[in-house]
Amino acid sequence: MILGILGGRIYDPRNGKDGEVGDIWVKDGRVVAPEDADREAAQTVDAAGLVVMPGGVDIHAHIVGSEVNSGRKLRPEDHRGHERARSGNLRAGAGGTVPSTYLTGYLYSELGYTTVMQASAAPLVVRHTHEELEDVPNLDKGAFIVMGNNHFVMQCIADKQPEKARDYVAWLLRASRGYAIKIVNPGGVENWKWGKNVAELDDGVIGYGVTPRQIVQTLASIADGLGLPHAVHIHGINLGRHTSARTTVEMIAALDGHRAHLCHLQFLSYGAGRGHVHRSEATAVAAAVNASAGLTVDIGQVIFGDATTMTCDGPLQYGLHRTTGHKWINDDVEGESGGGIVPITYKPSNPINGTMWLTGMELFLLIDDPWRVFLSTDHPNAGPFTSYPQVIRLLMDRDYRREMFDSLHPRARRGALLPELDREYSLGEIAVISRAGPARALGLEHKGHLGVGADGDIAVYEECADKEAMFAHPRYVYKGGELVARDGAVVADVTGRTFSVAPEYDMGIEAELREYFKKAYTVSFDNYSVLAGHGAATEIVACG
Amino acid sequence: MSERLTMVTGRTRKQAIGMHKGKDSPEYREATGLVEMNPEDMARLNIEDGGQVLIRTAEGEVELTAHAGSLPAGLVFVPMGTLVNRLIGTETMGTGMPSFKGQTVDIAPVGEREGSS
Amino acid sequence: MSTVVEHVTCTFCGCLCDDLTVEAEGTEIRKVRLACSSGQGIFMDYDPRPRQPLVDGREVEWEEAVAEAAAILSASDSPLIYGLSSSASEAQRKAVALADRIGAVIDSTSSVCHGPTGLAMQAVGEPTCTLGEVRDRADLLVFWGCNPDASHLRHFPRFSLTAKGALTPNGRADRTVYVVDVRPTGSSKKADHFLQVDIGTDFEVLTTLRLLVKGLEPSVDIVGGVPVTELKELVERMKSCRYGVAFMGMGLTMASARQLNVAELFTLVAELNEFAKFSVIPMRGHGNVTGADQVLSWTTGYPFAVSFARGYPQFSPGEFSAVDMLARRAADAAVIIASDPGAHFPAAAAAHLERIPTIVLDHGPSVVASHAHVLFPTAAYGVDAAGTAYRMDNVPIPLKSVISTGRVTDEEILDRIIEAVA
Repeated sequence: MILGILGGRIYDPRNGKDGEVGDIWVKDGRVVAPEDADREAAQTVDAAGLVVMPGGVDIHAHIVGSEVNSGRKLRPEDHRGHERARSGNLRAGAGGTVPSTYLTGYLYSELGYTTVMQASAAPLVVRHTHEELEDVPNLDKGAFIVMGNNHFVMQCIADKQPEKARDYVAWLLRASRGYAIKIVNPGGVENWKWGKNVAELDDGVIGYGVTPRQIVQTLASIADGLGLPHAVHIHGINLGRHTSARTTVEMIAALDGHRAHLCHLQFLSYGAGRGHVHRSEATAVAAAVNASAGLTVDIGQVIFGDATTMTCDGPLQYGLHRTTGHKWINDDVEGESGGGIVPITYKPSNPINGTMWLTGMELFLLIDDPWRVFLSTDHPNAGPFTSYPQVIRLLMDRDYRREMFDSLHPRARRGALLPELDREYSLGEIAVISRAGPARALGLEHKGHLGVGADGDIAVYEECADKEAMFAHPRYVYKGGELVARDGAVVADVTGRTFSVAPEYDMGIEAELREYFKKAYTVSFDNYSVLAGHGAATEIVACG
Repeated sequence: MSERLTMVTGRTRKQAIGMHKGKDSPEYREATGLVEMNPEDMARLNIEDGGQVLIRTAEGEVELTAHAGSLPAGLVFVPMGTLVNRLIGTETMGTGMPSFKGQTVDIAPVGEREGSS
Repeated sequence: MSTVVEHVTCTFCGCLCDDLTVEAEGTEIRKVRLACSSGQGIFMDYDPRPRQPLVDGREVEWEEAVAEAAAILSASDSPLIYGLSSSASEAQRKAVALADRIGAVIDSTSSVCHGPTGLAMQAVGEPTCTLGEVRDRADLLVFWGCNPDASHLRHFPRFSLTAKGALTPNGRADRTVYVVDVRPTGSSKKADHFLQVDIGTDFEVLTTLRLLVKGLEPSVDIVGGVPVTELKELVERMKSCRYGVAFMGMGLTMASARQLNVAELFTLVAELNEFAKFSVIPMRGHGNVTGADQVLSWTTGYPFAVSFARGYPQFSPGEFSAVDMLARRAADAAVIIASDPGAHFPAAAAAHLERIPTIVLDHGPSVVASHAHVLFPTAAYGVDAAGTAYRMDNVPIPLKSVISTGRVTDEEILDRIIEAVA
């Protein structure tokens, strides 16, 4: 099938296009040069006056797998009033902050997004993640594999055997059909199994004696050594605490030039304020990010309204449960990870929530290079992904931003830097933070741009003054050249791909792992890899 | 004589084995055709170990073989299965779950069906 | 041809032991190693002969059976899809797709086992862990209203009572074990402490424990038949353990108060985390009933008792749960997948299944299959079909096909029915 999108204003930052009028041709799912498109056979769309962008790329969202599904089961109150009836071949679904899988795919289509990375999966339960990914339509996907509290990794570090750790990580990425290494509160999740946590980069992990610093350095180095397309993806220590900005800056220093992606940085950029209300330390954190060229971040912008917090950071979630009194799920996962879930509602009238909101905004505005800061709400932790259009408006429209700032509790506003930040993002910069930048950081060569060879993932918007309305109702959305949404409503259900990596390693480690599994796991070694049984069909992205 | 006792149902090893043999198999019928009772309750009700008893609820009645078991007084245990389900009501208290445990039953040795209660 | 397959998963209960070895000669299974007495029958009593579908007891070709099933469903105003627990998640996903397509009510055997546990979880949350954490860390185990000695036969040696792990190298000797139940059981005999509670008083006993955890003093000496002194001793152990785990079963979900019992236990466990690491694991039963919860949750947002009658998923236990749907005669046709409500439902609910047309998918004989209008004899996941199942701690485990019989899977049949009703 050949598709021509003609005469639109093209925002394709990777290829240097910032609103130039032009045509995009797609053949067999890929962008092709005009001369390779048979115009007689093509379906064409008159995009004159419309904004044409690559499909959105979400670098960090919790959309599938054990924690998300526990969140769905936990929250019937989240689903009622957020239902979608079946329609033709489109499946029914439900959920506001934790939508069911089919609805998740449709809702992303309705924003113009075509690629989403699942932010975490413990390898023991990643088979579940892949099952759900198969039931998320209209998106290409991948899963990050949590390793920051992995016993085998920590033992290798304790034994000073970094090569063994590297072979294990490579094996684990293959066995789990994962896309990247994820770290969540390194060492803190293991200590939570003793009812404790870590507070400093050099605190010890109980039973291993290793430190968060060593875990991060080891895994960052492995990601680089294996040539993984995406850097190590880090949720640091002290998330949500008034010490988080300090330890985030220390973490950036500890990375020592290794590539890394710091996720939902907003949650890790606080200092101590007056009267138990944290203050934003966005200035210090943004300065550290600006000075570290190998670093990318996403923000995790707080959205006022309902959210469902869910992370592998068990002690954090327990703290939220104790603070809010809301229902709490904890899930310790043998040898690997843990996690928790607590529903929450962010309110501008809450001074702490207000501080969180403006911290995110300040980071967006203080980090200079849009190629290194990406749009996210850490869905559904800081808010649902369906709020991305609102965040875009906040970034593009300082009057709107000021209006929302003025609605915050006075104690959140006191001394805040945000009102002084006049920066407004351009459409081209929005295309960077929501498409081109995350695709580049993920090493997805075919994503986030509209050059020849790119996937035919395209969003077409009608520009209007209200940028929230603009991005909430794309005129056309194409996935691999197929129309999946029109006028802000999903019209088709197409199967997406799942990306994974297959780094090289010394197979000799498997014999040791076979023995290790007998003692370390309650699942047989042969049944652990998702390649056993039903399996998981993925498309390998090359390391290099 | 007949008396009102409280019944719990549940899994037993033999019930599980019998289930694989088929619900019309002798193993299944034997495994699910019994009621375990407190020995003092049995003596008071004139029920012999291995004797037949008739258990009744508003839903229905069923004949089972009584065995002395380590049950507290007033409680009887019947393995889950087709027989005991004739005694279980369909009220689920808005949950979907019938009263598989805690249903009150009238129990009497077979032959005393018209006995006082 | 003789074959030996290792690391085979048993689908009998929620333990999903995946360390079995199965020896077969052709399609005949000769020997199963490591399976418990409940699991042996899954393999040894399996009849591998391919069979034709039946319509009203008459052998027919597959096309005819599919067409008949589609005709029944097309004519139905209020179809019920029920079962799922002995199927694989791949087929469970198809079952939801069918329910979505035809506007059916779909429910799993959860509603008559741990449905109330799900309601409790929705009310108060659930601090839990995987079974490996129990094996490796737990020094205090409390089994409440469950009897693994009869229901989950390898739970004790593989995960809990006697299992040896990193911090529990001596197994049983490194643990203190409580059983709380209304009657002595095989499990209570193996415990260090048995608290025999009066039937129907679990809630009071649990509330008293919460009160004691908070340092308050009850005004009575005995609660639910248990001396308060014994409850105090338990609370002291709970507050001072390294890693405590409570296991709960039907003793809480089937008794009066149902989900309120479970919510009280979950709340107690959550509150204990102020003092010691504590988790709770529901003793999920049938092979993949946990998977049914998972699949329904990811496709609809709700774990069981879901109606698509209005086009979108609605959740209402007591209304869309199978026993209620049948007892109120609200279903006018039924698809029963890999379960036997004919045997396991109250008789008055089961009787409605004989009044309405039923389409049954099962790998063996059952009460409900014996009066099915359309019977699809299927392969058994984990025996002659591969798939995925979820262990009681939500860990997904692959199911192997250990013999090749050519029998058709639930997934394939459901796919064909979906196609035929479309």
